[in-house]
Amino acid sequence: MIQTVDLTQYFDYVFMAMLLSVGIAVVRLRSLFAAVMLTGVYSLLSAVWFVSLDAVDVAFTEAAVGAGISTVLLLGAMLLTSRECNPVPASRHWAALAVVVVAGALLFYALGDMPVYGDPNSPANAYVGMEYMTMTVDDIAIPNVVTAVLSSYRGFDTMGEVFVVFAAGLGVALLLGLGGAAGKRED
Amino acid sequence: MVELLADRFNYAVIIVLMMVGLYAVIASANLVKRLVGLTIFQTSVFLLYITIGKVFGGEPPILPGDVAHGYHAEDHFSHAVYSNPLPHVLILTAIVVGVATLAMGLALVVRIREAYGTIEDVEISDADYSSEVERGA
Repeated sequence: MIQTVDLTQYFDYVFMAMLLSVGIAVVRLRSLFAAVMLTGVYSLLSAVWFVSLDAVDVAFTEAAVGAGISTVLLLGAMLLTSRECNPVPASRHWAALAVVVVAGALLFYALGDMPVYGDPNSPANAYVGMEYMTMTVDDIAIPNVVTAVLSSYRGFDTMGEVFVVFAAGLGVALLLGLGGAAGKRED
Repeated sequence: MVELLADRFNYAVIIVLMMVGLYAVIASANLVKRLVGLTIFQTSVFLLYITIGKVFGGEPPILPGDVAHGYHAEDHFSHAVYSNPLPHVLILTAIVVGVATLAMGLALVVRIREAYGTIEDVEISDADYSSEVERGA
């Protein structure tokens, strides 16, 4: 069913194996510092896979924001709270495993409805996404189509994103206290 | 069945990655560990979207300079193959929003640590329960 053989698809197996081993290590670790650093590794590995999947803009953002800022935020929160986590009790382990197995089985059941990997004629790839490629030449005339869609065709999305980031920043500032106000309130 | 799975092996592995993250969210009693699980789950969803947009033999959706300014565009699009730019745009937005929500969640965790002195959820609910008993509720 796949017409074109793309050499980058052989990288997929390598990245999948690395992501799986890092992900399982994060879940099993009890040291929070190691878990947080491995989360940064997980983000960076996914950024490398994004490059091989032709999503260069996403890879750039994931490496800067996902592997950089997220790791710094998690490290800061870890230093303010605790370094170790308690082991998972057996009852909780089996309950979580049951939920995960059922949810995973349902997702596997829906697998047949997904488009074939790498298929240029799948419904996901055939219509509006590819039309942006040709429309950008006439409408906006910049080389990077992702930028054109992000800031022009779907500019309202990006404006909503800015509102979300502003609201989150405001929330963090109010929760942690602006300029040491939290310390004064305790008195 | 085997062919169906072989054509979609990427989604199968990504579902397993998503479930690894979901397990950490449910099983972890530690609130920071739970947010770490949420981050893994979220990154796996990004991978799901980006693999849908991949076209084998395609290039990143960046046009050559002359085509972007309208020179021999028809000739170029008759043979060029690109990956789908739309999932890339959606996931760019999702990455930034994901970091904003992570920062919010971590701020809540830090406040919980200030108020309760612990971030293990069992100990937090024990503290809530004993304070209710003290008030005679």
